[in-house]
Amino acid sequence: MPDLIAKPALGAAPLTIAGTTLSENGATQITAIAPYPGSQAALAQALRPLGLTFPAPNQFTEHGDVRLAWSGRDQAFLIGGEAPADLPAAVTDQSDAWVSLQIAGPQARAVLARYVPLDLRAASRGQSLRSALNHLPLLLMVEAPDSYTLMTFRSMARTAWAELHEAMIKVEARLALT
Amino acid sequence: MRLNCPHCGPRDRREFYYYGAAAYLDRPSPDAPAQAWDDYLHNRDNPAGMTQDLWYHEQGCTAWLKVTRNTVTHEIIAVDAVATPKASGGMA
Repeated sequence: MPDLIAKPALGAAPLTIAGTTLSENGATQITAIAPYPGSQAALAQALRPLGLTFPAPNQFTEHGDVRLAWSGRDQAFLIGGEAPADLPAAVTDQSDAWVSLQIAGPQARAVLARYVPLDLRAASRGQSLRSALNHLPLLLMVEAPDSYTLMTFRSMARTAWAELHEAMIKVEARLALT
Repeated sequence: MRLNCPHCGPRDRREFYYYGAAAYLDRPSPDAPAQAWDDYLHNRDNPAGMTQDLWYHEQGCTAWLKVTRNTVTHEIIAVDAVATPKASGGMA
């Protein structure tokens, strides 16, 4: 078996504009877990060793550095940890399919408002929302009211970064006018 | 325009894809008469008032939704998941 080297999608240095920072999160293990019909009780049992419960829609649950984030109907992403063997669910490795970015700071919401059709004024930690970043598929996780994790397809990482960079410049320009 | 997705809550129209009349859900049996298949595939009502159609929450939970709306007032009366969590045995 060849020795494969994990590479970041961008390898970009963090970008700070108007006190708001855009950065790339390090590559981590991402596993999609789609429970089989009627497997609720068995799945809850199987997830217990991780200290996690299967999240309700629009939520994530976490234990230490491991997170289980709702990512669609009957589906959640296990992020930052190994999936237990023999889960009563369809399990797929998604680690190399996604890029994870972080935007944090006083203008984070204003930047996202230019692309994401969600009202984030009432956002609170623990939310895991499927939506769009402009035209890109998005999984948005709320870390704090002004800090968001943005996951989109890895093949679109440079587009996502460029568009967020552009919006940060525009938000800063607008701030200078007011 | 917003649709109140049963899984995700109120969401912008941009997240959804319009599929067509909810009549698509009533597929005739394979041995149904030709007229029934003709109606299913080609013939649609164009009501002024209440209508039901299918939307796909493409940029969201990926659920198919049956939307009941009024074409005169543009009111959205109901948004129901086609496959309810109960029916599929899933957890949404």
